[in-house]
Amino acid sequence: MTRSQIFVQRMMLHRMAVISACLLALLVLFTLSAPIIEMILNTDASKVNLFSRLMPFSFDHPLGTDDLGRDLMVRLAYGGRVSLLVGFTAAIFAAAIGTVIGLIAGYYGGWLDSLLMRATDSVIALPLLPLLIVLAVIDLEKIGLPADIANHNDIGLYRIIVIVSLVGWTSVARLVRGSVLALREQPYILAARSMGVPAKRIIFTHILPALTSPITVATTLSVGNIILFESILSFLGLGINPPTPSWGNMLTNAQELIWEAPTLAFFPGLLIFVTVLAFNFVGDGLQDALAPRSKKR
Amino acid sequence: MLAFLLSRFYQILIVIFLMSFVCYMLLGLMPGDPIDLLISADPRLTAEDAARLKTLYGIDQPLGKRYLNWLFAALQGDFGYSRLYVKPVIVVIWGALEKTLLLMGIAFVVSVAIAIPTGVLAARRAHGFADYSINLLCFAGISIPAFWLALMLILLFSVILGWLPANATPVGDVGLLEKAKSMILPVITLAMVSIGGVTRYVRGSLRESLQQDYIQTAYAKGLSESQVVWRHALRNSMIPVITILSLDLGTFFSGALIVEIMFSYPGMGKLLFDAIQGSDYNLALAGLLLATAVTLLANFLADISYAALDPRISFRERN
Repeated sequence: MTRSQIFVQRMMLHRMAVISACLLALLVLFTLSAPIIEMILNTDASKVNLFSRLMPFSFDHPLGTDDLGRDLMVRLAYGGRVSLLVGFTAAIFAAAIGTVIGLIAGYYGGWLDSLLMRATDSVIALPLLPLLIVLAVIDLEKIGLPADIANHNDIGLYRIIVIVSLVGWTSVARLVRGSVLALREQPYILAARSMGVPAKRIIFTHILPALTSPITVATTLSVGNIILFESILSFLGLGINPPTPSWGNMLTNAQELIWEAPTLAFFPGLLIFVTVLAFNFVGDGLQDALAPRSKKR
Repeated sequence: MLAFLLSRFYQILIVIFLMSFVCYMLLGLMPGDPIDLLISADPRLTAEDAARLKTLYGIDQPLGKRYLNWLFAALQGDFGYSRLYVKPVIVVIWGALEKTLLLMGIAFVVSVAIAIPTGVLAARRAHGFADYSINLLCFAGISIPAFWLALMLILLFSVILGWLPANATPVGDVGLLEKAKSMILPVITLAMVSIGGVTRYVRGSLRESLQQDYIQTAYAKGLSESQVVWRHALRNSMIPVITILSLDLGTFFSGALIVEIMFSYPGMGKLLFDAIQGSDYNLALAGLLLATAVTLLANFLADISYAALDPRISFRERN
């Protein structure tokens, strides 16, 4: 490689991740400032106004209004809160499940390892979307939740976080297991074991801290996927329930309205796309920065 | 080798069996129950009729017993009747499976046909301008929501340009050309969301092969670069690519489900979605299981082709 190629490579690698990180910061800022935007535009994002349906871009409504006369920009900001919240929380839950499974499988080995890894492989191979759709429609009263909780309007949010975490842990589990297998043979672990340190303590004080970077990378990379799952489920009417906006459910009616109001179909999806793309780039950048050995040059 | 394949096969059977239990239980947790649906469909039904029907369908029995009854019937090929289509589930599903396999097959061929040359180009020009542009496009393909991509393609090609139909089920008896035209957008959508991943696998795997010693040998004996890449390196790179592709089949099916819903294409994905939405328990259950079984069997086939592609592989080492 020539010097200029190295330069291009470094710049490009870092540039996309840095741009993406800035973009994500801007998006978070945008969603946090939803009430401020609402105030400046002097509008109420949750109020239906049938006289101002499907308005074009204007000074009062920078991105126009939706089919119920609500300001699109303010709803995008509020919807982003939900989508990002689901993305972060579900990614963290999924990473926690995956870490526990990976630690157990990697440290104890033997039949437990093969059982857990067979299970992980099987979940990876399954067509997940149909399964998620079933999980999204099951009647929570039938699994013993009290009726007032099961039918609460916000339950969609918690439900989607739980079900996406239940299927999203596999990549973290495999990664953690692989790293534990390598770490387990390290002399310092052997030393700890020979001194009679209990397994629990070895796992939590000696192995887990060494896994911070791979777990961070895998979690960041899974946020994008989780946001995609949330958006498709909400789009199909199975995730976040209207009137609470999420980028996915804002697209639900867009297909029927595509002739009259193409912008309604454009902006929410664009934000999902940009957010997922940014998370993937940041994850890729982190991978280069934190776990350089894993990437062959 | 045979022992390995057999153990893989048993593993697949166990997973399908477990899935059948999990799915049966999950579908039992769906809102409503089949008899209530019958009653709401026909107000003349009396309470006695309902009780009689419950006995007839075996719904008065405990859940475990019902599952076993269903399992024994299913093992004999009887998956019951579909509530929505009023036909045996098997009949409904075969038609849809055929359509889905067609859609997935064409999209797969298209995406591999584009991904291999693109991945090869990226690997040969590694860290050059072409590689970075391809990498950007791959990331875009991986990150784009399939349903939004479908919406945007409909917007561009059906609404604005008016070239292609937005609906993949042509109305009435139309010629082959119209049918083919209605497939274009679904195929493009499905191919576009999978191309990125495949291209990256090809690039990564080929980069690794190109650093092997036998590549040096090939150059040393005077072969041209394209001969080395296409004839020597690529062949060896395809093995890991096939493994990863087969593991991605589940994701590919999920993509097909979205595409089918967006374009009203009458395949397995749409059928499953409609069955779940319409409380058609028998159909949903059989559909879920078939989707799982087909995916896992395809994985199994990939394992076999693994051996066919690379004679060095003995499966004993891997376990």
